Amino acid sequence: MTIVLMTGIQSALNPAGVQAEKIARLWDLFFWVSAVVYVLVMIFLLAALLRRRPEIVPNATSPRVRAAVSIATGLTVLTLFALLTASIFTGRSLSDVPERAIQIGVTGKQWWWHIEYDDTDKSKRITTANEITIPVGMPVTVHLQTSDVIHSFWVPNLHGKRDLIPGRRLTWTFSADRPGVYRGQCAEFCGYQHAKMALWINALPAAEYASWLEASRKSSKIPSTPEERKGQEVFMSSPCPLCHTIGGTEAAGKTGPDLTHFASRRSIGAASVPNRREFLAHWIVDAQHFKPGSLMPSMTLEPGQLEPLVVYLESLR
Amino acid sequence: MSGTRVIDEASPLTQPSPPRGRGQGEGAGPYSLPGDHGLHRQLEKTWSPATGPLRWFMQIDHHVIGKRFIITAFIWFALGGVLAALMRIQLSRPGNTFLSADLYNQIFTMHGTTMMFLFAVPVMEAVAIYMIPLLVGSRALAFPRLTAFSYYMFLFGGIMLYTAFFLNIGPDAGWFSYVPLASPEFAPGKRVDIWSQLVNFTEISAIAVAIELIVTILKQRTPGMSVNRMPLYVWSMLVTAFMIIFAMPAVMVGSLYLLLDRLVGTHLFNVAEGGDPLLWQHLFWFFGHPEVYIIFIPALGMVSSIITTFCRRPVFGYTAMVLSQVATGFIGFGLWVHHMFTTGLPQSGESFFTAASMMIAIPSGIQIFCWIATIWMGRPVYKPPLMFVLGFVAIFVLGGLSGVMVASIPIDLQVHDTFFVVAHLHYVLIGGAVFPLLGALYYWFPKITGRLMNDRAGHVSFWLIFIGFNLTFFPMHKLGLIGMPRRVYTYLSETGWGQLNLLATIGSVVLALGFLTYFINALVCAKRGEFAGANPWDGPTLEWATDSPPPHYNFIHMPVVSSTEPLWHAPEHAPLVTGLSTTAKEVLITRTFDAEPDHRYTYPAPSAWPFLTALATAGIFLGLLFTPWAFVIGLPIASLMAVGWFWPTTPQKEGDAPQDSATASEAVA
Repeated sequence: MTIVLMTGIQSALNPAGVQAEKIARLWDLFFWVSAVVYVLVMIFLLAALLRRRPEIVPNATSPRVRAAVSIATGLTVLTLFALLTASIFTGRSLSDVPERAIQIGVTGKQWWWHIEYDDTDKSKRITTANEITIPVGMPVTVHLQTSDVIHSFWVPNLHGKRDLIPGRRLTWTFSADRPGVYRGQCAEFCGYQHAKMALWINALPAAEYASWLEASRKSSKIPSTPEERKGQEVFMSSPCPLCHTIGGTEAAGKTGPDLTHFASRRSIGAASVPNRREFLAHWIVDAQHFKPGSLMPSMTLEPGQLEPLVVYLESLR
Repeated sequence: MSGTRVIDEASPLTQPSPPRGRGQGEGAGPYSLPGDHGLHRQLEKTWSPATGPLRWFMQIDHHVIGKRFIITAFIWFALGGVLAALMRIQLSRPGNTFLSADLYNQIFTMHGTTMMFLFAVPVMEAVAIYMIPLLVGSRALAFPRLTAFSYYMFLFGGIMLYTAFFLNIGPDAGWFSYVPLASPEFAPGKRVDIWSQLVNFTEISAIAVAIELIVTILKQRTPGMSVNRMPLYVWSMLVTAFMIIFAMPAVMVGSLYLLLDRLVGTHLFNVAEGGDPLLWQHLFWFFGHPEVYIIFIPALGMVSSIITTFCRRPVFGYTAMVLSQVATGFIGFGLWVHHMFTTGLPQSGESFFTAASMMIAIPSGIQIFCWIATIWMGRPVYKPPLMFVLGFVAIFVLGGLSGVMVASIPIDLQVHDTFFVVAHLHYVLIGGAVFPLLGALYYWFPKITGRLMNDRAGHVSFWLIFIGFNLTFFPMHKLGLIGMPRRVYTYLSETGWGQLNLLATIGSVVLALGFLTYFINALVCAKRGEFAGANPWDGPTLEWATDSPPPHYNFIHMPVVSSTEPLWHAPEHAPLVTGLSTTAKEVLITRTFDAEPDHRYTYPAPSAWPFLTALATAGIFLGLLFTPWAFVIGLPIASLMAVGWFWPTTPQKEGDAPQDSATASEAVA
């Protein structure tokens, strides 16, 4: 198949992890078997249509045709059985869950992802949103929950999908074999903004992952410039803290994404808008433009408040 | 009623066969007797449809209701197609703002709901309502008043759905209405209520028609048509009708539970109160997967009919074909969990459904091989109906193979709920059902209207539809594999899905032109087409043994058949059934397996009661959206209408009988 149109960051055909790799190999098998079967059937159909016929077509059924149909049926059964066997073996090997895996909590919300790295030591817990950072080569188990409707967690480069179902806690284990950024997206229709409920997976080499953990466990950066300080004031005096948490400040809302290390993230609005200054400013005053129906209201700010607020948020690395 | 032996095997024939283009009532070939013209006038009078200013509401004739049913289903199909076109415009480029998210969600819900509930199943039943009595050689369809009732329920359901949509309260939780997205907590307002009621409307209609078809097929076949001589299309409708009866109740229970949760405050699907959202998925897909075969199996019968006629020989492997259809009907109930592979059900259980899903490819494969064998041994005549069937094979085999792919759990984990599945389902539903349907309507058009469609326009429409279809849906396989989920109103340009989506949109324009050509051809030719005569294609089955369009009583004399292709093998002196009353609406009832004559049954007169009963039932359904009292008030009214419907009429006067008793007494037993 052609690779020309592929960007590859959200593709089942471009596996970057062992699970996706196994599925892709199974896909290859099914694809080529199907291709051969299809071509054969079409050849027989064309031959049946175009073959030269005797002047008078005999009415009796020829035993050769009968044999051909029987053989084709037998081959169909054998082929299907072979495919079934391959499928079941692949399925089994996918469900081999390694004993030691990094445990990450993922909660689906209309229409974003709440991410938690749990730890027995409370100070080491990390809360973030719409972006999961994992070490290369280490199995990762995500614990999938939903706080509202059914969603489905799907990062095609790493693995197939698994649903997030109310009242159930499903797990899904995958790993990334090469460093990179992979995009995932909610795959179960979950309402108004289902289309804009995506997430990023950052697969980092072990050392970088360790330093990412280190940095993420810290509280938010304390404002260091007058503008950042003004921005923080704006944030705290606006409705923002009602919904958002910024670690180390009094902002502790739980309705929206945690913003403690907001500036380190790739995008806004569940991987639907790039996290750049112009978009961020626009998002704050008019989130409904980008993502109508999302819970983020379009904020009304006094003149001169937006600029420092953006500067403050951009300092939250 | 006493059993009457009514077969006349010795009547001399005055008309030589084969029959072609005779005037009304002069009968067709081997199945006519001298003096038929007088009989024709008498039967026309007896079987005449309702008259008077209110006749529209009183019709119970299966031709009239069948035509209405087909036309109504195609109106919903056209609306569903327009919605599809709107979606294709929206998705033609990334970040398009042609449709808002809310409207898009309503539109894809309406598209799926329309196509599955208002088009695919109803249209297959509609064609059967018209054709089955003709194919089995009967005067009429069983339970004619129920036929009328089911039509009105279907009509009212569709009108309710589209009225809601145009009032901007169309359902928006998908045609599958997964809870809790469709639960009161996340879907306030009337939108999902309307969806649930639509399901009730159409399922009542579908089950009623299924019962009519089963009874007609099992009890009204003409003498000689034992089960091993039933045309494959009749077999396919029998299997389908049984599947409807077993599958539809599941979704009706589901939609009832959903309505209870939404309107009465039960918590059947509410986790917080001990309910379970997966219960909905099981109920829905226990209906939803057989539904696919309910749509597809009639198409198999249509394909067999067309291949027989246009390859000039009986279908190879009749027994294998019948057993394949029956097997498909059974296995079709064992697949539903393959819609739920991502919900984390136990692996061993899921593997069973993988095996079943792959197994169903075997009967489909056998049928494809048998058709190819038929073509091989036959002499194909490339008329548009055959072209649609060849297009069907090319598309359906591909859809079947992608079906084997999605049956595999690991592959399904990747492609589930992506555009790959959108491609797959359109390959099997448009390729597997709409292509044969278009072929069959082209094939039976002269029977229904008395006129032929234009072959040149027919070929043009076939090629436009075939090319447009593949341009639209083939790229979607790739889109799904490169990550595009279903049911998204837009996507980012970084995803790289733009070009393939644009290609699909261009394809959909070609596809739409193809459908337009087909329908314009049908509309124009219904008025101005060439006269067809009784049997324009030299078809072998009984529908071609009567005039085009058929008289209201279908056949002057019930033909007695001795093969699956009676018109090809009819002896010069074909035995006929005589002795049915010409002054009463009598239908011959035969025995289930061997179709030996059993007794005569008198059909009811036209009546407005089925319409009024449907109106009252619709009133209850609509009222329930607003108050539970609708049930309390509406039920007595609807019951009253049903009393009117079933009010006994004066029994048939004895004086009618003697006229025929002479013929009957002459009959050779």
